[in-house]
Amino acid sequence: MKPVLRILSRLGNATVGGVERLGFAARFFAAILRQSGTSVVRPGLVVKEIYQAGVLSLIIVLMSGMFIGMVLALQGYETLVRFGATESMGVLVALSLVRELGPVVAALLFASRAGSAMTAEIGLMKTTEQLSAMEVMAVDPIARVVAPRFWAGVISLPLLAALFSTLGIYGGYLVGVRLIGIDGGAFWGQMQAAVDWRYDVMNGVIKSAVFAFAVSLIAVFEGYDAKPTAEGVSAATTRTVVTSALVILALDFVLTVFMFRGGVH
Amino acid sequence: MNRKIIDLWVGIFVAIGLAALVFLALKVGNLLTTSEERTGYQVEARFDNIGNLKPRAPVKSAGVVVGRVESIRLDDKTYEGVARLHIYSHYQFPRDTIAAIFTSGLLGEQFVGLEAGGDTVMLKDEERIRKTQSAVQLEKLISQFMFSKAQDAPPAGAPASSPPVATPAAPAAVPGAKP
Amino acid sequence: MRPKLKSCSYCAVQRNRSKPDTILRMTVADASISSAAPAASATSTGVDAAGALPAKACAAAEALVELKNVSFGYTKDRQILSGVNLIVPRGKLVAVMGGSGCGKTTVLRLLCGQIRAGGGEVLVGGRSVAAMKRDEMYAHRRRLGMLFQFGALFTDMTVFDNVAFPMREHTELPDEVIRDLVLMKLNAVGLRGTAHLKPSELSGGMARRVALARTIALDPQIALYDEPFAGLDPISLSVVGQLIRRLNDALGMTSILVTHDVAESLKIVDYIYFISEGKVVAQGDVATIKASTDPFVRQFVDGQPDGPVHFHYPAKSLAEDFS
Repeated sequence: MKPVLRILSRLGNATVGGVERLGFAARFFAAILRQSGTSVVRPGLVVKEIYQAGVLSLIIVLMSGMFIGMVLALQGYETLVRFGATESMGVLVALSLVRELGPVVAALLFASRAGSAMTAEIGLMKTTEQLSAMEVMAVDPIARVVAPRFWAGVISLPLLAALFSTLGIYGGYLVGVRLIGIDGGAFWGQMQAAVDWRYDVMNGVIKSAVFAFAVSLIAVFEGYDAKPTAEGVSAATTRTVVTSALVILALDFVLTVFMFRGGVH
Repeated sequence: MNRKIIDLWVGIFVAIGLAALVFLALKVGNLLTTSEERTGYQVEARFDNIGNLKPRAPVKSAGVVVGRVESIRLDDKTYEGVARLHIYSHYQFPRDTIAAIFTSGLLGEQFVGLEAGGDTVMLKDEERIRKTQSAVQLEKLISQFMFSKAQDAPPAGAPASSPPVATPAAPAAVPGAKP
Repeated sequence: MRPKLKSCSYCAVQRNRSKPDTILRMTVADASISSAAPAASATSTGVDAAGALPAKACAAAEALVELKNVSFGYTKDRQILSGVNLIVPRGKLVAVMGGSGCGKTTVLRLLCGQIRAGGGEVLVGGRSVAAMKRDEMYAHRRRLGMLFQFGALFTDMTVFDNVAFPMREHTELPDEVIRDLVLMKLNAVGLRGTAHLKPSELSGGMARRVALARTIALDPQIALYDEPFAGLDPISLSVVGQLIRRLNDALGMTSILVTHDVAESLKIVDYIYFISEGKVVAQGDVATIKASTDPFVRQFVDGQPDGPVHFHYPAKSLAEDFS
């Protein structure tokens, strides 16, 4: 009986701790919003962080996008050719990327590269007492360190997702039209007919914006909340990547249900 | 890192990001073409059966896309399927145009095909297409086939071979003109 | 008497604190430190040529910082400080010493307002820190300069930007003025040539001195030093110690030094408080401490392994463990 009670109480503690943390994260988000004035008045801070988060993630995002588009075309061809529908290759690649893969995969890559970097940076500043030093110098570290990074993430990720989709479509074009030999006109023509800028493209952009808020918040929060030791920072960095991945996929499901109601009429 | 270099790279990044968004909207999506598509007029068409027709399905005439299916609903008084069609403004159709539901390819999506009639008066906004042809249903097609097969077979044939499917569900799947 | 004269001129300076030319005048005084030769021998503090002040005089001089019966603990059952009474008179350099984890750094945090005392009062210039609202706390922190353990320099900025940080954040001085001020501060600690380097390119001692320059960037009223001698080589240690003393006098600051480096502290401070297990167990000026017969003070100053602070962690008796 005792071990069962112990497991239950530990579970209860963990849940309460988790909820507490969630509440703290919500208050932290409110604090970031309140302290965003500095980011507006001194955009140089945000620009520097956009460089760190966005520009330095370009290579991985562009290359991954290209490869995924190419693979989509290859795999899609196998199935489409069976129904004589190879002309819909463009539609397949474009819709898959713009609606789903672009926002989701770009967000996952961003969380792994830029998100973990943000967490590590902030966690390390906490460990070496740089945040404390700022506080004692009457400079709010949330305004000076956290908020610029948050907004940089929010601005960078939708742009990265768009670039990801673009490179993916181009990769699909390379494989489909140049390599396999599908008609280029049909590729682009059918794509343009099937992809609606409001329904597909804008929804994809909205998705990546939502992901951007979530991933950036998780990254800066974990960094700020990290235990000020080496293991603490390392644990926080892993938590950022894992939590971001789960939240992205869960949000993706919820958003897809709301946005793309398929054949419901 | 030099301040100017950072600003330069961030500027490049934001520029190509926005360019990608524009590309997606214009080249991949249909942003440019929708302006002419947004102007148009609505007509109504009533069908016994709309089959698998979905909203946003194309409305074609002679294979050319002339509009989109705006919405589909059931009229709960006459129990007909009512489809609102949005026709682009630069296409005019006579009042006696026939609207039929076709399938593109064998397994493709269904669309509305318009066959122009000979009337000199054109369809206007919120008017109704008089003549429609419902979607073909596979089951009805099969039962029709069986029925006609049963009729062709010799009457003294083994009763076991005649399919029990010759049910009253045989009425022609192709309805006549609707008033 | 020299101490009185000092506090008078200091008060006059305080009144004109916010004017840029005052800051310039004071930092010109900084520059004189580098030209003076560092003190070679372990003389007493240079406050009073006749010798150390008697303990009573310390309390009688105007108290800038005061802890009255302060208690603090992160949890109810683990009190870090219980009933601590501390007085730091204006213009003096006071050391707070004790073993690791005894609550020394907690005293500094209470003074900054980073944590709030559970019981008692923390007074700075007669005002209670706990009662300070946002604006007052902001002004209070502007008057403080704190040197963190290991420096806490901002690693993504150069040395110049680190020292310029408080100036850029809190003043509207033009760039040329800030440049001159930063170079003067760096000159005061002897590191003017490192202005363009990054903290990662500095040795430990140099980083500590840069952090010291940042601490005095805005000519604070009160300087707080958290273990400034930790991990330094003998030369750097001596240099930092000398700088702390000279800056305190030249800038007319009041300094609190938290450390467990006995030798260096005894060379430079005016007064010492010993904290053990959350209470002040001993206090006095340098001569008193050196001559003290209190067992804790003797164990601490002489570095004896066993005494009031036990060598053995509480455990079962030898017989039980080794039978």
